[in-house]
Amino acid sequence: MNFLSLFVLLPLLMILTLFMTSNRKQVLGTMVAGSTLLVILSAFLAYRYMAARSDGATDPMLFTASLSWFEPLHIRYAVGVDGVSVVMLCLTSLIVFTGTFVSWKMAPLTKEFFLWYCLLATGVFGFFISTDLFTLFLFYETALIPMYLLIGVWGTGRKEYAAMKLTLMLMGSSMILLVGILGIYFSSGATSMNITDLVHISIPLEQQYLFFTLTFFGFGVLGALFPFHTWSPDGHASAPTAVSMLHAGVLMKLGGYGSFRVAITLMPEAAEKLSPIFLVLTAIGVVYGALAAIRQTDLKYINAYSSVSHCNLVLFAILMLTQTALTGAVLQMLSHGLITALFFALIGMIYSRSHTRLITDMGGLMKIMPFLGVGFVVAGLSNIGVPGFSGFVAEMTIFVGAFENDDLFRRILTVAAVTSIVIGAVYILRTIGKFLYGPLQNPEHGKLDDARWYERLAVITLVAAIIYLGSFPTGISAMINDSFSSMLQVAR
Amino acid sequence: MSYFSNFATMRSEGSLLALILFLLLFDILAGRKGKNYFQPVAILLFALHTLFTLMPAEAGESFGGMVQYHPMMTMVKTMLNIATLIIFLQSKHHFDGPEQKYQQGEYYFLTLSTLLGMYLMISSGHFLLFFIGLEMASIPLAALVAFNKHHKKSAEAGAKFILLSAFSSGILLFGISYLYGTTGSLYFSDIPSLLSHNPLQIMAFVFFLSGLFFKISIVPFHLWTADVYEGAPTNVTAYLSVVSKSSAVFVLMTLLFKVFGNFVVEWQTMLFWLIIVTITVGNLFALRQKNVKRFLAFSSISQAGYIALGIISGSPLGMTTVVYYLFVYLFSNLAAFGVITAIGSRTGKMNIPDYKGLYQTNPKLSFVMMMALFSLAGIAPFAGFMSKFFIFSAAAQQGYYLLVIIAVINTILSLYYYLMVVKAMFIDQSDHPVPALRTDSWNRASMVICTAAIMFAGMLGFIFSYLGDYSFGL
Repeated sequence: MNFLSLFVLLPLLMILTLFMTSNRKQVLGTMVAGSTLLVILSAFLAYRYMAARSDGATDPMLFTASLSWFEPLHIRYAVGVDGVSVVMLCLTSLIVFTGTFVSWKMAPLTKEFFLWYCLLATGVFGFFISTDLFTLFLFYETALIPMYLLIGVWGTGRKEYAAMKLTLMLMGSSMILLVGILGIYFSSGATSMNITDLVHISIPLEQQYLFFTLTFFGFGVLGALFPFHTWSPDGHASAPTAVSMLHAGVLMKLGGYGSFRVAITLMPEAAEKLSPIFLVLTAIGVVYGALAAIRQTDLKYINAYSSVSHCNLVLFAILMLTQTALTGAVLQMLSHGLITALFFALIGMIYSRSHTRLITDMGGLMKIMPFLGVGFVVAGLSNIGVPGFSGFVAEMTIFVGAFENDDLFRRILTVAAVTSIVIGAVYILRTIGKFLYGPLQNPEHGKLDDARWYERLAVITLVAAIIYLGSFPTGISAMINDSFSSMLQVAR
Repeated sequence: MSYFSNFATMRSEGSLLALILFLLLFDILAGRKGKNYFQPVAILLFALHTLFTLMPAEAGESFGGMVQYHPMMTMVKTMLNIATLIIFLQSKHHFDGPEQKYQQGEYYFLTLSTLLGMYLMISSGHFLLFFIGLEMASIPLAALVAFNKHHKKSAEAGAKFILLSAFSSGILLFGISYLYGTTGSLYFSDIPSLLSHNPLQIMAFVFFLSGLFFKISIVPFHLWTADVYEGAPTNVTAYLSVVSKSSAVFVLMTLLFKVFGNFVVEWQTMLFWLIIVTITVGNLFALRQKNVKRFLAFSSISQAGYIALGIISGSPLGMTTVVYYLFVYLFSNLAAFGVITAIGSRTGKMNIPDYKGLYQTNPKLSFVMMMALFSLAGIAPFAGFMSKFFIFSAAAQQGYYLLVIIAVINTILSLYYYLMVVKAMFIDQSDHPVPALRTDSWNRASMVICTAAIMFAGMLGFIFSYLGDYSFGL
C-alpha cells in the first residue's frame, strides 16, 4: 500500500464517519479534522516529492504502485504522481479545506451535504493520483454525479434545470471520452492501461485522429471548451457556495489535466495536426467568456463567465504544445482555481448577508464589510493579472509560451487571446466600482455585519495562497516544468 | 459408466427437484400451524440448495450428450439462485396474511418449477431437452403472472403472456424442425459441422432466434413486456426481468457461440441492428412512463440491448462481460424492486409522481432506490459502472466503435430518466408523500444484500477474473 492511496482513503473514511455522526457538531468536527489532514498530507507529499527530485529521482512518475484489479482486461489500480499532479493535489486539498469553512452554516441536511461533498472530493483526489486509464476514468465519473444532488437539493435559483443540464452535458462528454479511452487501449494493442506504459507505444495515425478528437473533446467539455461551455454558467450560478468553489476551482481543472495527460501525451502526432481547430475554438472561448462577463449583473454569473474565459485559456495553452505554455497552463489551473474559489466564497458570504447577487441592488458595501470587500478586490486584481498576484505569473507564462511558436496563425490567435486581459479589467473594475464603492443602495444593507471567524479563515487561506504563488512562483513552476520536460521527451 | 455418474453432472437439477417435491408435500401435509413455518423453511432450504450448487465440478456430459456441464453454467445457475432467493425474501411479506397463506405453496412451487426449466435450458446439449426446459420455464411463469387472478390487470397480463409465449415457442419449434430437416441431428455437438449456408438453414436459424429474442424482449419482440410487467405482481415482475431474462441471455450466448458459430457473420449483422433498435426504443419509451413498473420494463429492454453488446463480440471477453453484467444487473434491478415492493404493498402507490418527497419520510428506501438506479445507469463508483465499462470494452475490442458510440449516447438518455426518479425522491416536494414505512426484516435483508453488492461487487476484481477463467468464445 502506497501512501498516495491515502488521498482516496481519507475522504472515504470521512464519508464513513459522517454516516455515523448524529449532530451538527460531529459533522463539522469530522470535516475539519479530515480536511486538515488532507492539507497536511498534500504538504507532506509536496515535501517528499521535492526531496526525491533533489535526490536525483528521474522517473517521470514517482511513488508509483500498481495492483492487479480486473485481470481479463489488464486493468490495474495504478497510482503515481509527477510535479503537475502534486500541485493539483495541493490545490484540491486547500479548496476542500476552505470549502468546509465556507459551508459552516450549511442547512438543511448538513450531513448529507458533506457526504456528497466528500464523494466529490474522493473523485477529484483519485483522478489526480491515477495513472491507469480505467481508474482515471472511474474517479472522473465519481466526481461528476454528486454535482447533480448538490446543486439540485442545496442550490438556488433555477437549480433543477441547471443541475440536469450540467449532469447530462458532463456525463455525455465523459461517455465520449470512454469511447476514446477504449480506442486508445485497443488500437495501441497494449497489454496495460497504464499511461506510463502506453506512452511508449505509438498508435496508428488514422486512429489517433479519431481518438484524439474524442478524448480531447471529452475532457474539453469539462474544461468549458467553447461552444460546449453552456453548462458552466448555469451550474455555477445555481450551486451552493462550497460546491461552486470546488467545481470551478478543481473539477474544471480535471478537463485540462486530463487533456494533456491522456489526449496529448498519448497521441502527440494527432495533437500536432488537429490542434489548430481546437485552438480557434478555445481562443473564441477566451474572448467570448470575457465579453459575456461584461454583460452580466449577477455576481455569480460574472465569475462563471470569467471562469469560462480562463478555463479556455488553459486549454488554449495546452494546445500550444510548447513546454513553457504547458507550464503556464498548469500555473493557470492553480491560479484560477484559487482565484475563482475565493470569488465564489466571497460571493456566497455577501449573498448570505444581502440576499441578493445583483450588483445593481448593492453599493457601498466596502464600508460595511471591509474584510470581505478587500478580499474581493484582491481576487479581482489577481484575476486581471496584476503583478504580485498569481494571475500575472500564470498568464505571463502562457503568452510567452504561446508566442514561442513561430507560425503566424498561432501568434495571431495569441494576440487575440491577450485581449481578454483588457476585457477582464473592464468587468472586474466595473463590478468592484458598482457594488463595493459608491453610495449605499439599500439602507437595509447598513446593518449587515462583516465576516465571521470561519469565513475569515477561508478567505485568508486563499489570499495567502494567491499571494504566495504570485510572489514566489519559481519553486512551483520549476517543479511543473521538470515534469513536462520528462513527459515531452518520452512522447517524442 | 454407471447411471450414478450420469446424474452427477445434473446434481443441481436433482437437488432443486428434491426441494420442489419436498415443498409440495410440506404444503399439502402441513396443518394450520405448520403452514406458518412453510416460508422460512422454504427460504432456508433454497439457500442451502444455492450453496450446494455453488460447488464446482469438472466439465463433462452425460446421457450421451443430452446434458452438458461446464463450470460457467454453475456460475450462471448460482446467479439465478441468488436472484430467486432475493425475490423470495422480498415476497415473504406478501404471504403473511391469513388469506394469502393458502397461496404460498403454489407460489413457491411454480417459481421453482420455472427455475428448474431454466436449469435444463442452460445445461441441455440437445434441442429437445432445450425445448422442454424452455416450456417448463414459460408455462408456470404465465400462471405466476396471473397470480392475483381476481385482479383484472394481472389476469389480462397472464393471458397476454401465455398467448405470446406459446406463439413464440411455436416459431422456435418451427425453426428447430427445419434445422433437423436440413442437418438430420438435434445434438448441439453434431450441428456445427453439418451447417452449410443453405437458405433453409438460415431461415430455421432466424426463426429459432426470434423465439429466444422474445424471452429477452429484444425489440421488435418486446411488445408484451410493458403490459405484462405492469400487470404481474411486483415480485413476479422482478423474477421476469432478472431471472427469466438472464437465463435466456446466457442460453442465447452459448448457442450462438457453440452451435451457430458458422453463422457468425449472419448473427453479428442481425444483432448489430437489433442492438441499435433495442437500446434506442427501450430508452425513448422509458422517457415517457409514469408507472414505475412500466418504467423498469422499458429500462430492462434497453439493458437487454447493452447485454447483447457483449454477445456480438463473440469473444471470451464478451462472455465474461455478459455474465458479469448479468451479475450486477441482478442486484441493481432487485434493489429497485425491493423498494417498489415495500412501497407498493403497503400504500399501493406505483407511479413516479408518488415518489415525490420520499427522502423526507423514508431516507433509507430512497438511498437504496437511488443506488439501484445509479447502478442501472452505469454511474461510478457503483457496480453498474464497471459492468457497463467492461461490456463496452468487449464490443470495442472487436472494433464495433459505431455501436459503442450509439450505446453511450443512449446511456445519457437513460441517465435522464433515471435521474428524474432521483429528482422526484430527493429534490421535489410533495403535499402527500409516502408515509414513513417500516419494512419487514426479510425485505430489509434483501435490500441490504443488494446494496452491499452494488457498492462492493464492482470493486472485487477477483469475481471478474474468476469468470474470465471459465469463459470461452467462438
